[in-house]
Amino acid sequence: MNRNLIIGGALTALFVCAALVSFLWTPDSVETMNIANRLKPPSADNLLGTDHFGRDILSMLMVGARTSIAVALVAVGIGMGLGVPLGLAAAARSGGMLDEVIMRMNDLIFAFPSLVIAILITAVFGPSATNAIIAIGIFNIPVFARITRGAALSLWKREFIMAAQVAGKTRTRISAEHILPNVANLLIVQGTIQFSLGILAEAGLSYVGLGAQPPIPSWGRMLADAQTMVSLAPHVALIPGLTIIAMVLGLNLLGDGLRDALDPRLKVVRA
Amino acid sequence: MLHYALKRLVSLAISLLVASLVIFVVVEVAPGDPASFMLGINAQPDTVAALRTELGLDQSKFDRYRSWVGGMLTGDFGTSYTYRTPVSQMIADRLWVSLPLALYALTLSTLIAFPAGIFAAARRGGIGDLGVTGATQLGVAIPNFWFAMMLVLIFAINLRWFSAGGFPGWDRGVWTGMKALTLPAIALALPQAAILTRVMRSSLLDILGEDFIRTARAKGLSSRQALWRHGLRNALIPVLTIIGLQFAFLLAGAIIIEQVFFLPGLGRLIFQAITQRDLIVVESVVMLLVFAVIVVNFVVDLAYAAVDPRLRART
Repeated sequence: MNRNLIIGGALTALFVCAALVSFLWTPDSVETMNIANRLKPPSADNLLGTDHFGRDILSMLMVGARTSIAVALVAVGIGMGLGVPLGLAAAARSGGMLDEVIMRMNDLIFAFPSLVIAILITAVFGPSATNAIIAIGIFNIPVFARITRGAALSLWKREFIMAAQVAGKTRTRISAEHILPNVANLLIVQGTIQFSLGILAEAGLSYVGLGAQPPIPSWGRMLADAQTMVSLAPHVALIPGLTIIAMVLGLNLLGDGLRDALDPRLKVVRA
Repeated sequence: MLHYALKRLVSLAISLLVASLVIFVVVEVAPGDPASFMLGINAQPDTVAALRTELGLDQSKFDRYRSWVGGMLTGDFGTSYTYRTPVSQMIADRLWVSLPLALYALTLSTLIAFPAGIFAAARRGGIGDLGVTGATQLGVAIPNFWFAMMLVLIFAINLRWFSAGGFPGWDRGVWTGMKALTLPAIALALPQAAILTRVMRSSLLDILGEDFIRTARAKGLSSRQALWRHGLRNALIPVLTIIGLQFAFLLAGAIIIEQVFFLPGLGRLIFQAITQRDLIVVESVVMLLVFAVIVVNFVVDLAYAAVDPRLRART
């Protein structure tokens, strides 16, 4: 039995469920403040305690999960949506002008310190969850382009692809019909890894005030708010931090588990 | 080799040129006029216009790009809009914090990763290996700014071994400076060490499956001896690449950690410059960081080609 897959899948499912449930129900309102009840440690009333405005931390985490998951998921979508076609195109004309241009552009994006550019983008266009998505998404493009190209290149040398060429199929059609399905597993695994990196990046951007803006709860900002309270009430920093770790760990384990389950020979690039 | 080096040099120059264009365009679309930002909302239009002329903002975009790049080539990074000091001077001041911090963190992460990676690879599948691999899983999942907060809580607030933030400057002594950088360096090093440990372990395991290791074993070496004498040296290549990349990352990636510890490094400089619309500082610092990454990659590539002739033929 694949232990990584089970633990990782369970953790991921837990957070996705928490985010979905938060649309319908949370233990407490995340918008009403209750100053009298602030910085309370975990208790029967507030399972994970309250923050500096007296808001229920569990409820904040549940709603914050929506932000984290949405940002990371869309950022992976951008990376896959643009990166995979680019990688397929580069591999289909390997060694040609197009391949060269695509790969050089990839190198260029890799040369930019991702965090600095993310901060630049969010600062230029204003801090918001949407701009955080774009900033994180841009850096997913070369990751997917590179991994797709690498896997596709080795497929192009295989007999069944040659057979398809002999049968008169165009390179575009071969890429879509034969190459893509064969790299899909690899992309799913890498997607999980990028998802977890996206969660971390979103938390970092929100922490410095460039992610989702108040009143939308986000894990990163909960930590930023907690920073000055940490000596008075360590739980306000401890709990959101452990939540991020659990989510990221879950996704990484899920990725490893999927890799082993789908194809043990696959190697995952951790960018 | 010379042909290869020249070819890589040309692509290095093109990369830098394109990077400078991208940075300039992105920063120039930033809303908000630096001159009116500096003078506040009550400024007279002619005062703003005068300042725009002084800062060179009234020139065409092309002229400004040309003078920016031309200046950088001669070491002149322009003058900060906000502080009216040369940008090169500001960068130099901040580098005295960022560079030692990056080196400190890199040293720590290497000191952790090498033994941990070797330990795990030598005990493949055993309990020790499982422990190290599990620890690296945790290490990559921990947000470093949260880890930094926990370090402050434990070592600065509770134990009072270190200060919670700020940097006293190197003129107070090397030891004082190093002490102020210790918690930030640990916070930065942890995730890097986790990644490096994994690379070290998997690289060693790859090498240990090679024929020459089997030959060494057949010659009568124990598996430990084969690992130390033949495996390690060959496993270092991918490890060194990652270290090179991590250095460039640490130089810029400290941006959030510098916020946590209120360190006056490059990251904080860029962060402040963005909020103050000090465009010339933003452009120059980002360009410097990109330059560092591209040059590190270039040097790594050349070093490989010098060591391994097969790589020269491949491009």
